[in-house]
This record gives sequence, structure tokens and C-alpha cells, in this order.
Amino acid sequence: MTDAQADGRPEGRPANSILTPTRRMKRRKAAEKRFKLYGMIAVTVGILALVFLLTSILGRGLSAFEQTMVEIPVELPAETLDPEGNRDPAEMQRVTTFSYAPLVADALADVIAAEAIEIEGLEPSDLGGFISQEAAAQLRNFVLANPEAVGTTLEAELLAGGRIDGYMKGRVTMETAALDSNVSVEQLRLADALEEAGYLKTSFNWDFITAPDASDQRPEAAGLGVAILGSFYMMIVVLVLALPIGVAASIYLEEFAPKNRLTDIIEVNISNLAAVPSIVFGILGLAIFINFMGLPQSAPIVGGLVLTLMTLPTIIIATRAALKAVPPSIRDAALGVGASKMQSVFHHVLPLAMPGILTGTIIGLAQALGETAPLLLIGMVAFVREYPDAPPEGFFDPASALPVQVYNWTQRADPAFVERASGAIIVLLVFLVLMNTVAVILRRRLERRW
Amino acid sequence: MPLLWLVLTVLALAAAGFFVARQRALASAGGEARKLHSLPSYYGFNAVILTIAPAMALIAIWAMAEPTLIEWRVSGAIPESVAADPGARSLIMADVRRIAEGLNTAVEQGALTAEQARDIGGNIAEVRAQLAELGILLGSDVQPEVLEAAQSYRALGTTGNTALTVLALLLAIGGFAIAVMKSDSDFRARNSVERGVLTILVAAASIAILTTVGIVLSMVFETWSFFGMYSWTEFFFGLEWAPQFHGGSELGLLPLLWGTLYISFIALLFSVPVGLFAAIYLAEYAGRKTRAIAKPMIEILAGIPTIVYGLFALITVGPLLRDYFAEPLGFGTSASSVMTAGLVMGIMLIPFVSSLSDDIIGAVPQSLRDGSLGVGATKSETIKKVVLPAALPGIVGAVLLAASRAIGETMIVVLGAGASAQLDLNPFEAMTTVTVKIVGQLTGDTDFSSAETLVAFALGFTLFVITLGLNVLALYIVRRYREQYE
Repeated sequence: MTDAQADGRPEGRPANSILTPTRRMKRRKAAEKRFKLYGMIAVTVGILALVFLLTSILGRGLSAFEQTMVEIPVELPAETLDPEGNRDPAEMQRVTTFSYAPLVADALADVIAAEAIEIEGLEPSDLGGFISQEAAAQLRNFVLANPEAVGTTLEAELLAGGRIDGYMKGRVTMETAALDSNVSVEQLRLADALEEAGYLKTSFNWDFITAPDASDQRPEAAGLGVAILGSFYMMIVVLVLALPIGVAASIYLEEFAPKNRLTDIIEVNISNLAAVPSIVFGILGLAIFINFMGLPQSAPIVGGLVLTLMTLPTIIIATRAALKAVPPSIRDAALGVGASKMQSVFHHVLPLAMPGILTGTIIGLAQALGETAPLLLIGMVAFVREYPDAPPEGFFDPASALPVQVYNWTQRADPAFVERASGAIIVLLVFLVLMNTVAVILRRRLERRW
Repeated sequence: MPLLWLVLTVLALAAAGFFVARQRALASAGGEARKLHSLPSYYGFNAVILTIAPAMALIAIWAMAEPTLIEWRVSGAIPESVAADPGARSLIMADVRRIAEGLNTAVEQGALTAEQARDIGGNIAEVRAQLAELGILLGSDVQPEVLEAAQSYRALGTTGNTALTVLALLLAIGGFAIAVMKSDSDFRARNSVERGVLTILVAAASIAILTTVGIVLSMVFETWSFFGMYSWTEFFFGLEWAPQFHGGSELGLLPLLWGTLYISFIALLFSVPVGLFAAIYLAEYAGRKTRAIAKPMIEILAGIPTIVYGLFALITVGPLLRDYFAEPLGFGTSASSVMTAGLVMGIMLIPFVSSLSDDIIGAVPQSLRDGSLGVGATKSETIKKVVLPAALPGIVGAVLLAASRAIGETMIVVLGAGASAQLDLNPFEAMTTVTVKIVGQLTGDTDFSSAETLVAFALGFTLFVITLGLNVLALYIVRRYREQYE
């Protein structure tokens, strides 16, 4: 035992063992750790990006669902609103919103006097801008709908101006107001005073979801009604066209297509169409559907057709996967008891593949709902305030779409529209989450493992 | 809506055909379904197909071809003296359509009777007043020839509509009659129906080809007429992009292509390492639980519409980069920049790269890993020296697909990159892309006879060719690689 050293290693052997790491081994281990760390960082970056994206949109957009209202009694004098005195809406139609605007300002002045609010430097002209210009139009609509209200005093809930609304939500401050020509510091002080006196109220903004778009000057009145309806119409068109066509195409390719040139060309075409930039579909829509076929611009039918062509590859790919997942034994059994090939597919394979097809369709629809670029080219950026009619005529009426409305609002000067755009994104994301949840639930509930 | 009524009539006829044919077949077998060649309902469906298919095909073809045909005839009838060049002609045709549609609405709303609308020809002031009352405003001065053209436009439309109704109904009734007459116990109704269904299936599958053909055709013609107005060498090699309203535009592709490639490059520079490492981590290191949470979360990024990314670039990332990087470092004061668009697009592409790479890494056989680990390599060495080289073709394919996505992406660059076309290296400078200019030239008032509008089609065609090339290459690489291990 003399040639063995104290640590038990034979003489002449280098001093390394599995238990005592060498420098080289340490380096390799460190490299291993670093590599794993890179991976973790990459995953974290991805997740953080998602969280940052969502919080930034939610943070800016949630306030769009609240709206500052001014609750004041407004006198509706008969002599200005109904000069003929017979309460006939057709004649009262002649009184324009210009005659209603002073009523609103007067009502505000009355409240200020009644509450003895004194604000240094408050000009009478400030009162007009305190309440949205839309309020006069709303008042007029109310009066025309209820002619008997003329001559009485109405407890009206009026939209506050965009900047005042921004102040109540913290977007506008005294400092920014001092630099802003659209709002004065005095108006903000008035807002504080009125809020203390209980005349300013913030409530849930249903109009944001139901009202049509409003002009550049009135962000507080802008809503998503026409856009949601337009998007809904387009989804109907996509569903009605893309689902049957997609399923029929998949059945042919998966069950009947012989291996030949034509089939090959179709397959290559479908995989290429799935990767064609969406804007190219917009050019197709503009050139074929609008310029060649003469369909109207901004119409949901054109948008629906373009989105159908875009969604088809998604639906076809999902449907083919679903058909492929049905085991051949089902087909064999059907054929064995004397069904024709067509009967075996339509009576047995297709019903079994339905959950997968529906899931794929919903995901395709969700994709179509968020698509913007092709819709810009077919004129859906137009400013539309009229709701489209009920289908089928409504498919040909001008309408907007949710994502296009977002784009539209980002192009406007007033910063209040950024809030609106973010709010619209939240509505869009809510729809997408709903659709995807339905898809996931369908898959969980109905999916069969063979 | 007479077309709707026509369609409904055909459908009603088909429904009647179902019952009549089924009944007739059953009667011919003496009420015993067993003696029929096919199940009774097949006789019904045969009648439905024969009634609907020819009539509907006619209606569809008519709906597509009619406007063009009428336009062509009316436009040809306008004398040279009124419309000198194609541009003026298309403007006049727009007037013709407006007047014709205005008169039609007037008749529909009862403001004019059909005879009045037809005879209104002589008096233009009267037409103007009538249409103005309905809220249809006419252009500056309406010439008598235009009014005449509008009347012949209406007349052709009415004649066409009558012809279509008659023809479609004849076809439907003919199909109905043939189907009903054929329905007896020996008729092979099932085979007939299945042939019909198969034709429908083939037609549906061919829509993919039709779409591609439509895409190509829609761009080829306009691109052709664009190159008739503007030299192709100047388009492809021009260094300046400066469209003017009154002609004399510089429409060079290179600045746009540079912006597109620069932004895509930055997007890939960000998304490829992040996506690849995320895929490696999730495929090779992460436990089951981490994977079950992290993978769907990253994939949510793929389901978010691009307009959301665009808004994110516009209101969050752009100002952030400007305030914390560009301005302090003296790179510029623009919130929309190559960097903004590139980074946000990079985020969008992370899931794209990561899920494709994940699939490909998952397809590398476990035996390769086991062999490498068995001779003493660490896990990272195995990945770097064995798994990645084996997966490389697939990963290259994924990156190419991501690049094609980046080049064709529109909303992020529209909102994040700016609109000034320039050849610059500074990543904090606003630049523009091919897609931004397509949107720019084709939204708002467009005049399809000017080079400034038509250039969008040439840009679109260029974009289509580039992305198609990348896709085909990527699919080729991926497919070849897959064959290796399957």
C-alpha cells in the first residue's frame, strides 16, 4: 500500500475524479447553466411582452367604459323650440341644434348661480365648451321624440365635454389645460366645484358600445355601435360562405381526391394562400369585387367575401386534420354494411369530425374578426354614422368594422381618441376571448380519442 | 329586391320538386320503397339538384358579368367628343351610374313614375332638381349625351333583368321536369345525386385555385397599365419615392423595399433568438407544468390581432423608445421609427418562430439525444451539437416563413413605422414600407387612371412575388427535412 497516496489515488494518475470537478468540467457546467438561463430569459421575455402589451392597452382603454355626465335641470322653452305652438314634430324639426345649444349653457349658468359657485376668471363662453356639443343634438332628439316635454323643465343627463371627461379620469391636468386651447383651467375648477355639489357623475358608458362614431371634435360621443354591427354582419357572411365551402373542399381533398396533378395544384395553392399577406387579399377585393363586379364600397358583403377567402385555408387545414383523425375502421364498417362511399362520409365520418371542424371554424372566424389591412383597401375606413339596415339589404349598406374603427381613431388628432381606440381594442379582445373559450370548451366537451 | 325573389322562387320550386319526384318514384314502385333502386329521398334530392344547380349557376355568372357588360356597351356608346381620354371616360361613366341609380331610387320611392323617369331626357335642370331632392348631387355640368347614356344604362339593366328572370326560371322548370320524369323505380337516383355532390365538392376545392388566379389577375392588369404610364426601370431601380398630385411623380421602389427589409431584419433579430431559445427551453428543459403554462401564454401572442400590436407600437413602444433611447442618444425625435415597428413586429413573431421550432425540435428522434448524452455530453452540448444541426433545415424554414410574415405585415408598420420614404441607416428614424404605401395609395380618393394609384398594384404584385418565393422555399425546405425522419 505504499504506492497509494493518502486520498487513495494511484500514483501517476492526474488528480481528477467525478466527485471533484476539474476546471474544464466547471466550464462545461457553467456553459450548461448559461444555456438554460438563456432559455428561461427567452420564455420570460415572451411572457413579459404579453403582459406588458395587455396592461398597456387595458390601462389606457378601461376608462373608455366610463363617461362623465352632467346632471342639470334644462328648461325647454316653448317659444324657441316650438314657435308654431302645435307640438308637431315635423314642424319642430326646423329648429336646429343651434337653438338648443344656448339652452344647455343657460341651464349650466342657472346651476352655477343657484349653487353660488364663484370661480375667478370664468368666462360665459367657457360654459358652452363645458358640455359636449353632442348634448344639444341629444336634447333635440329627445324633444322631437317627446314633443309634450316642451315647456317643462327636464332633468337632463348631458355628456360632459371631452377634456372635462379627461380631467375626471385624470388624463387632463391643470398643467396640460393651461397649454391647451380647447379647455381652460377655469373650466376644470368649475368641474371640481360641480362635482362637489353633486352635479357631475361618472357612470358606465353604454353609449360607447351602442352609439355610432362621432366627428373629430366630439370624442366623448364616439361609440362602436356601427363597427360592432358591421363586424357582426361580416362574420355572418364569413360563416355562411367559408364553413360550407371549406368543409366541402376538405371532404373532397381528404376523402375523394385521386392523386393527380389537379389535387397537387390545389394542395400547393391552399398552403400558399395561408401565407399570402392579408393586404394582398385587400387588393383582390378592391380589383375584383368592387371595380370588376361593381359591389358597393365599405359594404359588409365585400368585407365578408374578402375575409372568407382569407379564412378558407385555416378552415380547410383544421377540417382536414379533423377528418384525418376519424379512424378508418369507421369508414370500413360503413362500407361493409353496404353504404356507398358518399354515404359513409356524410353519415359517419363527417358527424364524428364535427367538433374539430367547429373548433377550426371558430378559430378562423376569430382570425377574420381581428383582420384590418384588407378592409382598409375596400373603403371601410369611411366615416359612417348610419346603422346598416337589417340583413339582407344591410349587407350592402356602408358600415365600419371593429379593428378598422380602432385604426380610424388612431388617425385623429384629439388625444381622447387614444382612450377610445384602446377601449375598442378591449371590446375586440373580449370578443376574441369569448370565441376562443367557446372553441376550447367545444374541443374539451366533444372531442373523442380513438 | 327582385333577385332575392328570383332565388326564393327557384328554391321553392326545388322544394316542390323534392316531394313530387319522391312521390312519383314511390308511385312507380307501387308504394313499396324496397322495389326502388335508391332510397326514396334520393329521387327528391336529385330533383332538388337539377332544379337549383343550373339556375343558380346562371344567376351567379350573370351577377358577375352583367355590370361589366352593360358598362362596356354604354361606355362604347358615349361619343369621342364628350369623353376624349380613358380618364375622362371613367369619370363620365361614374356620372352615368349615379344618374341611373338616382332615377331608379326616384322611381322606387315614388317620386317619379316609371314613364316619367324614362321621358325625363330633355330637361337636365329638372333631373338635377329631382335628384337633389333625393339627396343625390350631380357633378358640375351634365351633358345631354351623359343623360342619354344613363337612360340606356337603365334600359339595358331592365332588359337584362327580365332576360335573367325568364332564363333562370326556364332552367329551373326544365331541371324540375326532367328530374320528375326520370323518377321511376329503375332510375339510379343515388348515383346521380352522388355525382352531383361530387361536382359540388370539386368546385369548392377549386376555389383555392380561383382565389390565386383572382389575386394574380387583379394585379397583373393594373400593373401592366401602370408600366404603360411609368417606366419599369425607374420603378424597380428608382431611389426616390415622391408621388405628386399633378403628375411628375417619382415612384421608386428601392426606398420602400429598404424600409421593409430593415424593419423585417430588426424584427427577426429580436424574434429569432427569443423564439428559438424559448422553443429549446420548452422542448428540452421545461417540466410538464411549466410547459403547460408557458407554451399557451406565448401562443396567445399569435392570436392577438395585428391592429392591437399597431396600437401598442403607436401609444406605448414608440414614445418609450423616443424618450429613453432616441432623444437622450441624439438619434432623432420621431416616435414612429424602424426600431418601434421592428421590435413590436418581433414580439408578434416570437410565437411564430417558437411553435414551429418546437414542432421541429420535437421531431428530432430521441435516439440521437440518447446517443449524445450516453457518450458524456451535457444537455446543452447535445442540443448545440446534435439536436440543432439535425433540426436546422426546419428551423431555417421557420425563419423564412417568419420573414415572409414580417415583409407582408401591414398594421404594425402603418401605425409604428411612419410614412416618409427614405434610404437611411438610423434605426430611430421614421421609414416606410411597401405595405404602408399600398394602404396610402389605395385609401381615400382614388383615380384608377393615374400612375399614383396604379403603382399600388405594382407594389402589391412585388410583395406577392417576394412572399410567395419565400413561402415556396420555406415549404420546400421543411418538407424535405420532414421526409428524413418519418
